[in-house]
Amino acid sequence: MSGETLVRTKGLTLEIDGRRVLSGVDFHIDAGEIVTIVGPNGSGKSSFLKAVVGALVPAGGGIWRRPGLRMGYVPQKLHLDPVFPLTVRRFLTLTRRPAAEELDSVIARLGIAPVLGQQVAGLSGGQLQRVLLAHALVGKPDLLILDEAAQGLDQPAVAGFYHLIEELRREMGCAVLMVSHDLHVVMSASDRVICLNGHICCEGTPTVVSEAPEYRQLFGYGTEGALALYRHVHDHKHEEGEVCQHD
Amino acid sequence: MIDPFLMRVGLAAVLVAMTAGPLGCFVLWRRMVFFGDTISHAALLGVALSLATDLPVTAGVLLVALAVSVVVLQAGGRFHHTDTVLGVASHSALALGLVSVSLLGGVGVDLMTYLMGDILSVGTADLFQIAIGGAVALGLLVWRWKGLLVASVDREMAVAHGFAPRREALIFTVMLAVLVAVAIKVVGALMISALLVMPAATARQFSATPERMAVLAAFCGVLSAMLGLFVSFALDTPTGPSIVVAALVLLLVAVGGRWAAAQN
Repeated sequence: MSGETLVRTKGLTLEIDGRRVLSGVDFHIDAGEIVTIVGPNGSGKSSFLKAVVGALVPAGGGIWRRPGLRMGYVPQKLHLDPVFPLTVRRFLTLTRRPAAEELDSVIARLGIAPVLGQQVAGLSGGQLQRVLLAHALVGKPDLLILDEAAQGLDQPAVAGFYHLIEELRREMGCAVLMVSHDLHVVMSASDRVICLNGHICCEGTPTVVSEAPEYRQLFGYGTEGALALYRHVHDHKHEEGEVCQHD
Repeated sequence: MIDPFLMRVGLAAVLVAMTAGPLGCFVLWRRMVFFGDTISHAALLGVALSLATDLPVTAGVLLVALAVSVVVLQAGGRFHHTDTVLGVASHSALALGLVSVSLLGGVGVDLMTYLMGDILSVGTADLFQIAIGGAVALGLLVWRWKGLLVASVDREMAVAHGFAPRREALIFTVMLAVLVAVAIKVVGALMISALLVMPAATARQFSATPERMAVLAAFCGVLSAMLGLFVSFALDTPTGPSIVVAALVLLLVAVGGRWAAAQN
């Protein structure tokens, strides 16, 4: 499924309030790929996402986006004040107006029909995630970007959420770029994992990264058991040793 | 036949309130209530400077309000927390305005006019200014509606989906400055933010979508203006504050009504 490059950075350096948060990042994501960026808090991963979408101007280096690239962005959460009236139905077409059939199919796919009339500010964590995801998928993006999208969900829900992302990628063919500090379940769903801490520490397939000394140094060995947990969930569809290598 | 004086006064109040309502929705959604205060205080400094330089008051107010808001937008989050910057700008502008006016002493300016508003002095030329300013502000609002709405929901999401939240914020500031410039004579610098905030808060009680809230806020604003004017004439109370009191009563009735309905 991989193909042309959607976004590429070269020597990307980011500063916030004059403080360097990220330096010299060479990165690319191709059509149809799932790339996960992991890193501890303050590692610059959120700033990196901001730069990719264009909300943060690089202090050095460059970003290239394929001309006409359509991005769908799933924020960590919405900081909507209750004084902001916004129904789920209205929110879905806030940025893009799809054909009615397309909208219906996204609504059905994510199972959010029951909450269409509810206020976005009053949704539960799990409902909000699905609504944010639906909004990002409207208009058929080439690149889906998720910022810590599974935060606030419990462990089984997180696994389910990442599984959904993987299925959506397969169905819609969009690339997925996500950021997480939640290492327990995220990694095996990715084609590539990039471990970030002010710069790129290591990158590669989930297996390669989880065994890299730099990664071990950052996150220790403790996460491995939980990592296997998700692999197990994931593995039942694939042959052993082929975790997430499919294209 | 309605008395032309009453007609003028009523139209002025209604036009200002009608513009302030929908703009006020964004003030609430973007958590900019304090920003509204700052712009209106800056307006007072604008009045002082126009009197000192023989500039038309509306132009002076517009320029100073714009300048102060751009400074606040640029400085906010860079040197201090935006709240701090707003506090400094708001009170400095008010104090500088008051001091400048007293230094101009000989001119014989009645600052109360611009603090509390004096709608009874509104002439035909003022009315034209209000109509044009209101049309410009509301026109900009309708034109930028979608972008401004998206930018108010989430900044990163807005950028990723092809919008420019910084530009929208700047244009919104222009709308506020225009409104303040034309409204200062009617409601006064101290009461303008009330007209932004209160009808919008009332409208929220009955709105499930932003569009509905904006339309209802205009309606609540107009209702407050008419009620306030009526009370002001009947009881000989100051007009600007009377309109604000009317807006407060509407808000309380709305909140109380909703609460009572929820109990049943």
